[in-house]
Amino acid sequence: MSFINYASREINCKIVYYGPGLCGKTTNLQYIYQKTAEESKGKMISLATETERTLFFDFLPLALGEIRGFKTRFHLYTVPGQVFYDASRKLILKGVDGVVFVADSQEERFDANIESLENLKDNLEEQGFDLEKLPFVIQYNKRDLPNVSSVEELSNLLNPRKVPELEGCAMSGEGVFETLKAVAKLVLNDLKKGG
Amino acid sequence: MLGPQSSLVMYDEEYQRILLLLERLLRESNSKVIFLVDKNGQLIAATGETANLDTTSLASLTAGNIAATGGLAKLIGEKEFSILFHEGEKDNIHISIIGGRVILVVIFDQRSSLGLVRLRVKKASNELAIVFEDLVSRTEREAISSSTPSPFAEITDDDIDNLFN
Repeated sequence: MSFINYASREINCKIVYYGPGLCGKTTNLQYIYQKTAEESKGKMISLATETERTLFFDFLPLALGEIRGFKTRFHLYTVPGQVFYDASRKLILKGVDGVVFVADSQEERFDANIESLENLKDNLEEQGFDLEKLPFVIQYNKRDLPNVSSVEELSNLLNPRKVPELEGCAMSGEGVFETLKAVAKLVLNDLKKGG
Repeated sequence: MLGPQSSLVMYDEEYQRILLLLERLLRESNSKVIFLVDKNGQLIAATGETANLDTTSLASLTAGNIAATGGLAKLIGEKEFSILFHEGEKDNIHISIIGGRVILVVIFDQRSSLGLVRLRVKKASNELAIVFEDLVSRTEREAISSSTPSPFAEITDDDIDNLFN
């Protein structure tokens, strides 16, 4: 969970991007990395296979600025999306403050989205978290592709609780910062409540 | 011991105690760099030759490393592997878990030895564990007492919006 450091006046929060394989989690982070000023970001680390599939995680530290005299830092992580990396995926969820579920809007990935969301719930439960109580947003990615399900259809299926949901195209950056902002807002509001 | 889901809160006084312990360990173990990381990958404190080191990345990878070996441990029926050691050509890394949640990382070269580092780390670990126990009880006390309200209780939507401008 969040780390509040009164000595250095910093708040650190951990946000995890979750979703099925090739849905665009790493692409989200890469876009944020590219578009963030040098002084606000650290090195982006990608532990990936030779074919650039995430093997363990991507990591991007971001310093967003000050809030009430405290430097606000967000550590963004992605999980490996491929089904067989489940053991690694669980580990990344440790100590999470907020989750972004990146859904692949393409019709043929409909089932993969459901499977991944169920997997997220199970893995969070195993770490003692309840998805219903965590800051959580959903991004419907790849909206620019021709064969996509409608947002309404995706929303009915993946978002019965009606958490903040955003349309995105991580390749071109559409919706990427809006998603980050939405989850950061929920995380900070949680902190406000003393979570 | 800190629970896996409680927020870690660091106060100035405890931070200074931790830094003193780390600086002493650095001297006594003849090592190059020492840092302390939360199991979730947040850097708590660092001392030594940190100028050319990306400590944020180191912290995150260390936590990932501990998490992965912890996963391995469970698979073979162990609770955790409390010490990890990585040997390089020049520099070596000694990683140990303190009080179940905090990770102590010592980087050393040929000026020291694994034996010396292990010996000094053991002593320092016990003392660091006490500081973290104090920290937990202080956090609990502060949470109950209304005299020190959370500085975040007053956060407004505008504050949050400003972060993104």
